[in-house]
Order: sequence, then structure tokens, then C-alpha cells
Amino acid sequence: MFRRLPDTVARRAIAVTIDGAPASGFEGDTVAAALLAAGTSDFRTTPVIGSRRGPFCMMGVCFDCLVTIDGAPNQQGCMIALRDGMKIERQHGARDVG
Amino acid sequence: MSHAGEVEFAIIGGGLVGVAIGYGLARTGRSVALFDEGDVAYRAARGNFGLVWVQGKGNGLPAYSNWTQRSARRWPELAAMLRDDAGIDVSLAQPGGFQICLSEEELALRESKLARLVAQPGIEPYTFETLARHEVAGRIPGIGPGVAGATYTALDGHVNPLRLLRALHFGLRRHRGAYLPESKVEHIRRHPDGFMLDTHDRSFVAKNVVLAAGLGNAQLAPQVGLAAPVRPQRGQIIVLERVRPFLHAPMSQLRQTDEGTVLIGDSQEEAGFDDTVGLPVLATMADRAVRTFPALADARVVRTWAALRVMSPDGYPVYEQSADPPGAWIVTCHSGVTLAAAHALDLAPQIAAGVIDSRLQPFASSRFDVQKAA
Repeated sequence: MFRRLPDTVARRAIAVTIDGAPASGFEGDTVAAALLAAGTSDFRTTPVIGSRRGPFCMMGVCFDCLVTIDGAPNQQGCMIALRDGMKIERQHGARDVG
Repeated sequence: MSHAGEVEFAIIGGGLVGVAIGYGLARTGRSVALFDEGDVAYRAARGNFGLVWVQGKGNGLPAYSNWTQRSARRWPELAAMLRDDAGIDVSLAQPGGFQICLSEEELALRESKLARLVAQPGIEPYTFETLARHEVAGRIPGIGPGVAGATYTALDGHVNPLRLLRALHFGLRRHRGAYLPESKVEHIRRHPDGFMLDTHDRSFVAKNVVLAAGLGNAQLAPQVGLAAPVRPQRGQIIVLERVRPFLHAPMSQLRQTDEGTVLIGDSQEEAGFDDTVGLPVLATMADRAVRTFPALADARVVRTWAALRVMSPDGYPVYEQSADPPGAWIVTCHSGVTLAAAHALDLAPQIAAGVIDSRLQPFASSRFDVQKAA
């Protein structure tokens, strides 16, 4: 599991939901960092065989951190800054179109 | 391998054409060495769209339609062989294919083109359907209001082209064929035991040589008394993220793979050896895709690329054996996926036997030698 490093600068707390449950992170977190800090390590299941996946690279390359944010699927959690009130959902299988 | 006469067939070119011929030859028990260039090569086999496509091909040369139809019909056999020989499922599906038309004019033009095509003397007739908008909507949910109609033929399908390339290479190895990467053949010369091939650091002798080097054939063919006046034609592809299956059948311009990825393609540009992508063409392709399936508007593009088709002057393949001395063969086409089955199962055994079937005579390069003046 991940533990936060002691911050030298106090950061503002941000309230979000993860799969509908209230959760929190801090200003400056990415979505992926906030999920990991909240103890969520499997973000999605793969489109073809349904195996579980979590972030691998944390720098926008591996696409294993895909989540649904405010209804928009296939968002790269590691590339998006956490915002107040975000509804973050883990993503099961491939997204739908339409 | 550098001993005279040890290799019966040297294949030049490790793309889909070369490896399909090599696999087919190796299956007949011939000894095969496959020479491949390297990652600097223009690799059409790694950039193509993956259709096994019959519809619309052969206007002006019925033999090409017949050859394409034959390959499509033999494709299930090839897929089964590759499952056995390579342990790879190449995801062949032949549910029939659609060509979407976005205006009444486009649809009328398309219908008259196909009607002319299947009415040619000597063609093995096949049926195509012209579908009005509501008929397309009945077969493909999610079609946009901008779709005027489509043409459909039951013979069309698609395959995973990268898995096909890998499976053919595994199959070649399974049948004791040798693969020589980073071995661009620079010169071919006559030799008492056949042909001498020079790479940058070694020489090889083979009884027969098959030129399947794509665009490289233009330089190689004259060295063995053959002609391959091929030129590059650029095609661009847009790849969308994986989405849940929504499209069961391939379209000539858009398909969904068995893994959920959506590919958009079918552009054609004369751009020389420039294999870079460009926004004007990509934007047109994306616009047509969204008019076809409005729901794709918010799907993300994950990559784009361009690759170079290997085009002969009339767009048809060239198959020919050298005359003096015999034993050098040219094999080139721009449909290495569609024709993979015919290449491995029909053409390779003919090459092994030393004679190209008379039905393939229309593909000799002499068709380009028109008289220059009256």
C-alpha cells in the first residue's frame, strides 16, 4: 500500500467520490495518486479478458490507470489533477460508445 | 547456407507477401531462407488495415477479382493451418463487409461501379447488395443520419494483420525455414548453381530467388531480367481507444477489431516515399467516421500512422518467372492480407513446381509493355 510523504507545505483537502463513496485527496494530487492514497490499487478491468489493472507508469504512457471521471470514460487518472466534487469510478471492461 | 545450392529458395522480403510465399514453400518441403531488411524498411506489413476484401476489386481485370475471391474462400484454411503450425489465432472473421456512402451520388456511383465489375466477361460472378439508408440502419445499429446507403458483399472480412505476420513467421520456422533479419539484399547475380545474393557483409547462393521486397522490388527485378514498376501510395490510419463491441462487420473505411479497437482508414495519396501523417487527410477521415457513427465523436484517438502501399501502374499484382535463366520470381501486390491465403496455398506450390498457372498469366509484367507509338 502507499503512504503519503509528510508534506512541507500544508495542502488543501479536496472531497471527491470513488465509486459513489466519499473520499478525499489533496490539492496537487492527480486522480491516480488520490486513488492510490485512498487504498484503491485496481482501477479497471481489461476489455478483452477482464483482468484487473492499476497504474504502472504514473506518467501518461501505460494507459493502465484508466477510470471514468464525471461520466467520461477512459480518462488517464495519472494525467488529470484532482478537483472538488469529482465523481471517480473504476472502469470495468471497455467503454461504451453512444 | 553460404554453400552453393544448399538453399532451394531465397525469399527477399520479410513482409506479408514474402513470408506467405516462404511459409507455403516450406510447407511443401522446400528449403527456404527469408531475407529481411530491418526497421529502416518501409514496412507495409506493419501498417496495413487488416481487411480480407473482395468487393470492388478487379474492375478492368476480371482475373484479379477471381484471384481475390479464391483467396477469400481459402482464408479459413490458412487460418486453421496457422493455428496448427504457429499456435496463433489470427482472428479471421468473414461476416460480409460494407462500403458506406455518405451521399446519394456516392451510392449511385458505387452501385454502377460494382454492377460493371460483376458483369465483366470471365469473372466469377458474385452478388452484391445495394442498401438504402434504412436497410443499413437495420443491419448496423448506430448508423448516423448522414449515411445515404451502403454496398454489401458476403465474401468480405477482416483479420488481425500483426498476428498474421507473426503467425506466418512462426509457421515458416516450424517448417524449418530460416529467417535472416538485418539482411538487405543489395545485388543479385547469376551463378552456376542459380543466383548469388549479396547483403552488406555476406553472399549466399540459392537455386531460386523470389523477389517479395515490396517497393524494393523496383530496383531488384531488373537484376534478374524482370520488371516491377511499383510506386508508393500512402494510406493513413487513425486508431481509436478500445470500446465495447458495437460493429460486427468490417467496412472498407472503418472496422472494429476483436479486441475492441476501432480503426479508420482507406485514404489514398500519391506522396512519394513520405510516410508521415497529415491533418487534412486525418480530419477528413475522422469527419467521415463520425458522420457514419455519430457516437464515435467523443471516442479518443490513441494513435495515427501512415504506411506506403506497393502499387503497380494498374494496381494489380505482378507474378512472373524470369525467362533466361529461369528460377527468379517476382511477387508483388498491394493486398498482402487479402491475398495471403492464395499466396501461401496456391502460388507457393506453383513456384515450388516451377510453373505459374495459366490463370495467373494476366499478372505477368508484359502487360505494361504497350507499344510506344502507332
